[in-house]
Amino acid sequence: MDLVMPDWGLVVWTTVTFLFLLILLRAFAWKPIMAAIGERERSIEDALLKAEAAKEEMSRLTNENESLIKQARAERDLILSEARKAKDQIVSDAKELAHKEGARMIELARVEINNQKAIALADVKNQVATLSLEIAEKILRKQFEDQQQQNELVSQLLKEVKL
Amino acid sequence: MDFSPVLNSKKITLGIILSVFSLFVTLKANAVQEKNESSTSVESKETEKFDPNEAILEHIADSHYFHIGGKVAIGLPVILYTDGGLEVFSASEFEHGEKAHQGKYHNYALVKDKIKVVGADGKTIDETAKIFDLSITRNVFSMWMSVVLLILIFVSVAGSYKKRVGKAPKGLQSLLEPLILFIRDEVALPNIGYKYAKFMPLLLTMFFFILINNLIGMVPFFPGGSNLTGNIAVTMVLAVITLIVVNVNGNKYYWKHIFAPDVPFWLYPIMWIVELAGIISKPFALMVRLFANIMAGHVIVLALISLIFIFQTLWVSPVSIAFALFIDVLELLVAFLQAFIFTMLTALFIGSAVEEHHH
Repeated sequence: MDLVMPDWGLVVWTTVTFLFLLILLRAFAWKPIMAAIGERERSIEDALLKAEAAKEEMSRLTNENESLIKQARAERDLILSEARKAKDQIVSDAKELAHKEGARMIELARVEINNQKAIALADVKNQVATLSLEIAEKILRKQFEDQQQQNELVSQLLKEVKL
Repeated sequence: MDFSPVLNSKKITLGIILSVFSLFVTLKANAVQEKNESSTSVESKETEKFDPNEAILEHIADSHYFHIGGKVAIGLPVILYTDGGLEVFSASEFEHGEKAHQGKYHNYALVKDKIKVVGADGKTIDETAKIFDLSITRNVFSMWMSVVLLILIFVSVAGSYKKRVGKAPKGLQSLLEPLILFIRDEVALPNIGYKYAKFMPLLLTMFFFILINNLIGMVPFFPGGSNLTGNIAVTMVLAVITLIVVNVNGNKYYWKHIFAPDVPFWLYPIMWIVELAGIISKPFALMVRLFANIMAGHVIVLALISLIFIFQTLWVSPVSIAFALFIDVLELLVAFLQAFIFTMLTALFIGSAVEEHHH
């Protein structure tokens, strides 16, 4: 029975000691420990949230980059195709122009050639005429060196004239 | 106050671990020693038989002496509050109950480890004299030792928290942080809810006070071996603290549930009795549970060791030691379990008192 009868002296000492321990530990141990643990947990949670946000930001940036790249690629393709078209246009224009110019120049050349040819022919004709006249003069001079022949011719000519 | 260099040093840690494990080894040593002791007493008093009942009760009860080993014992200070005034002397004056001590106001003698006022002859007990025994007994001494240990440990841990702000715990801090977090996340939060922070100091102090005293009680040699948490006075104080904390913090829903429950009004008187019994019986169960569990552990170990003396042969010792070892390992679990259950139920009762709901 002694075992289950509390010893009041021990009750007093336990009460005093436990309350003393509670007050001391609360002030010097539990408060700083709980505060530090809470603080650390908050900072860890904060860091995790920040990491999550950074990850999201990162994926957002990656998406943005990808879309930018896609856009840039499309733009490049557009520019390239436009440039190609422009090049084709320029080349074809240039070809056409060159063609026209060539044709015009050929025409001009032909006209010039014709002109020159005409001039040359005229010249040749003049020369031939002059030469012919000179030859004819020389021949006539030779033929009409004696009087008799002249008379003969006159008479013949006269015969031919029919009055 | 910074003790972390002392407590964190590897030697000390190793020492603590070794002392915990040497508990099993020293059980054997103690057994042999007690055997020698009893054999000498058998020689001196041929007819005296070993009474296990008496031996066990003597070991689990409180004492004015702290036995170190063999016949060596420290007489602890005796403090008596008498009708005349305060008396302070050493218990060694009693010479293990052989002699009466003549104090300032009365003569005192140790009868069955209790201090009684005796007549001038030192034999006749004067039951009329009122004395209040405030002695520093073995349990009080052991409790103070545990308090010093707890303060050293936790103030140093608090110091390392201040020193290592935002860093991972290290050393003693990392050993105790899981326990502290366990009390917070598994005991306080689920049972009390968002108001838990206010009760954390009480729950933590209770848990570690019970735990360290359970563990000190398991060490079978000086300065351990006291049966503090297996003493009804100690568990009563703890249970009364729970009772007071629960009822002081009870909110209107708690009191409404007790004084105006949802039953026909003519049932109120019965309900009041039932609810009042509930208020008292909850801490009462706490008190008995801790007391009985820890005391039973001590009794079983002592009974197993007593087998050696009952059979008067050393050949029983392997069996005794094997079983005592098994029980000690079990008690190690019980030491944690009972500290946890006491704290858990305290949290549960506080939770039921501060809960906000309508019935």
